[in-house]
Amino acid sequence: MTRLVLFVPLLLFAVMAVYFGLGLREDPSEIPSQLIDRELPPFDLPPLEGFDAGLSSRDLRGQVSLLNVFGSWCPPCAVEHPMLMQIARSGAVPIYGIDWKDPPGAGTAWLERNGNPYVRVGDDSEGRVAIDLGLTGAPETFLIDRAGRVRYRHVGVITPEAWRDTLRPLVEHLQSEAEQG
Amino acid sequence: MIAELGQFALILAFVVALGQSVLTFAGLRTGDRVVHDFARAGALAQFALVLAAFACLTALFALSDFSALVVAENSHTDKPFIYKLTGVWGNHEGSMLLWALILTGYTAALALTAKPVEARLVSMTFAVQSLITAAFTAFLIFTSNPFARLWPAPENGQDLNPLLQDPGLASHPPMLYAGYVGFSITFSFAVAALLDGKVDARWARIVRPWALTAWCFLTVGIALGASWAYYELGWGGWWAWDPVENASLMPWLAGTAFIHSLRVMEKRDTLKAWTVLLALLAFSLSLAGTFLVRSGVLTSVHAFAVDPTRGVFILAILIGVIGGSLALFGLRAGLLKPTGMFSEVSRESTLLVNNLFIGAACALVFFGTFYPLFVTTVSDQTITVGAPFFNATFNPLMGVLLILVPVSGMLAWKRGRLAPIARKLAPALVAALAAGLVAFWIADRTRIAGALGTALALWIAVGVAIDLAQRTRLFDAGPGASLARAARLPLGIWGMAVAHFGLAVTVFAITGVSAWKQETSAFMMPGQSLQLGGYTLTLDDVRRTERANFVSEEGAFSVTRGQRDLGGLVAERRFYPVRQMSTTESAIRTRATGDLYVTLGEPSPERGWPVHAYIYPFAMWLWIGSAILALGGLLSIADRGRRALAARRPAPPVPAAAAGEVDA
Repeated sequence: MTRLVLFVPLLLFAVMAVYFGLGLREDPSEIPSQLIDRELPPFDLPPLEGFDAGLSSRDLRGQVSLLNVFGSWCPPCAVEHPMLMQIARSGAVPIYGIDWKDPPGAGTAWLERNGNPYVRVGDDSEGRVAIDLGLTGAPETFLIDRAGRVRYRHVGVITPEAWRDTLRPLVEHLQSEAEQG
Repeated sequence: MIAELGQFALILAFVVALGQSVLTFAGLRTGDRVVHDFARAGALAQFALVLAAFACLTALFALSDFSALVVAENSHTDKPFIYKLTGVWGNHEGSMLLWALILTGYTAALALTAKPVEARLVSMTFAVQSLITAAFTAFLIFTSNPFARLWPAPENGQDLNPLLQDPGLASHPPMLYAGYVGFSITFSFAVAALLDGKVDARWARIVRPWALTAWCFLTVGIALGASWAYYELGWGGWWAWDPVENASLMPWLAGTAFIHSLRVMEKRDTLKAWTVLLALLAFSLSLAGTFLVRSGVLTSVHAFAVDPTRGVFILAILIGVIGGSLALFGLRAGLLKPTGMFSEVSRESTLLVNNLFIGAACALVFFGTFYPLFVTTVSDQTITVGAPFFNATFNPLMGVLLILVPVSGMLAWKRGRLAPIARKLAPALVAALAAGLVAFWIADRTRIAGALGTALALWIAVGVAIDLAQRTRLFDAGPGASLARAARLPLGIWGMAVAHFGLAVTVFAITGVSAWKQETSAFMMPGQSLQLGGYTLTLDDVRRTERANFVSEEGAFSVTRGQRDLGGLVAERRFYPVRQMSTTESAIRTRATGDLYVTLGEPSPERGWPVHAYIYPFAMWLWIGSAILALGGLLSIADRGRRALAARRPAPPVPAAAAGEVDA
């Protein structure tokens, strides 16, 4: 009996190794989202402190846009922010924001400190919408087409490379598709 | 040419490591001395070869040779020279080469310090260690070649991520790796012991300095990482329960449990299988840490290089190293029979409780870190586990453990009595309660956390002082006699006292920074002021200057408190044109009672500069506390040397075996 107990650590590791293996099979930056090619779940979020307008899923209709989920508590978001500012300044695509699980005032302070790349920001302090979106963490960004459908999901920081090689080509493709259609 | 030399050196290192390991295992059957000499020479050769490869890569960075892919992707001619050098490990390939360098460095250190008496154990340790080296050099050569060429060579490089151009982050990986990899030696010793079916107090004595060395490096490495986040991320967050931070915390916890249970094994020849298991776990968790960062299984800010094919290779290494060693543990740990017995009230039992608590805390962190991965692989649901989970579970567990710290140090081995200790520790209890009440009264009426943290810190600190006073008979003997006793106390005791005192300081700082933080923010034009916690902060001027590889915007503030002028502060925003990124350089006024932390945001034309100000009480004690912790570890390492010297000094003709035992 005691001899068998000694194998418990090995057993636990075996279970984990299987999970690691399964986890590896999926590139984390391409976690298949149930939402791909489906309409965005409807939501209507209140504005951040000091802002007039909140964010509703209806705001995302009629144009190609990025929906970025961030939080002032999230270090990677601080890394990503300058890139968002740059995209916003370039005017390539409008960016909408969801401030996720922030205490009151924190999101506003964050935008004041780092600049505001968003056309509109919704305050998801309870994380409800984040659950509907199936978020794995912050930051995460969804590419939304004219019909308000999710077309691509980017997990983690939008690095200059990710923007140049993946997101911008997709945005441009969707924009030209929209013009023709 | 340089790149090719480095490549050859790396391939040779792989061949030597593999050959040395196989031949040593084969040769051990004969028990020939030649085997030991061969293993030793092989260890030194591996180190020399990996060092040569590392030197080649460093040269490529120093010369800005952009025909080397890694250099082109991560460096730039305009980058300050020091960051060209630290850029060597600011990328995946280079950091894995650094990993291999430190790994072979430890093996070489063992080769230089091992005593011939231990030939069999040490040779076997070399063989295991070389197997790990072979696996990692193969990983480098086949999936992460640092010497890959890029043709045609670009005129200039893409620059290092500006967030990484920071002294804290430049020194953080080597320290952390020295900690992670240090546990490879104790791991190899544990595997060797399992193969031999024998561990004893002597094994514990040989392994302890290595465990302590790794633990000290890891402590400093984690503290450097936390301080980098505190200074560089621009909002004073020093610990966010980020998966990669957790990945460094887990081996630290396992290592902490390990050095405590090693002590029990050394003194009382018991807890054997458990101690060996901890040795295996500490390195396994270090490897898992590397796996986390490098494979992108969990995305985070640290995952600068996300590549699943590398992940498969690392998974194979993990299965080989962790699975192999745990299988060996299952087969052989039954042979490790304890000889020492102990009662429920004894130093052993408190140290066992310490181990169980740390083990539980480590399991919690593990669970919290990997739970999202488990959920996503079995269902389409995704969830996150954030700071609230860790704060609600990890902190109470650690709190209870911390109560035991002073008690454990005073209990006798084998069989202790609680009543006299309760009497001795009464002043510590009084001090803790008083401090807790004061903290509650002054600072923290709404939440109890600050008062609890303060009380715990005082309990440990005063408890340590009482323990030292007891040991030196401070209140019974004269000052001279006490001093003499203090000088005679083993360094190990001082190490324990200092480390526990450092723990108290760290606990207090964590309490201050997290429970009593204050913040405010406002848009400011030059001339305007801001109030926070009694300070008045006035923005005097904002200047723009061009620097070598970035443009800087500096906001000059003057700080006053009441009528007193406290001088100026300069908060800075930097823009790096090559990467099109900006970073904030916070202005921080550091005092013993707390930091005043100011950041400057991106200006808006109408409203001016957004300024965010924070007060982080007692923040500097975080760094001082962790330094004291590491110093405690260092003192305990030094203990071995001193005891060895003391044993050598009397120098009557001691039988060789016995002398070796003390020396090792």
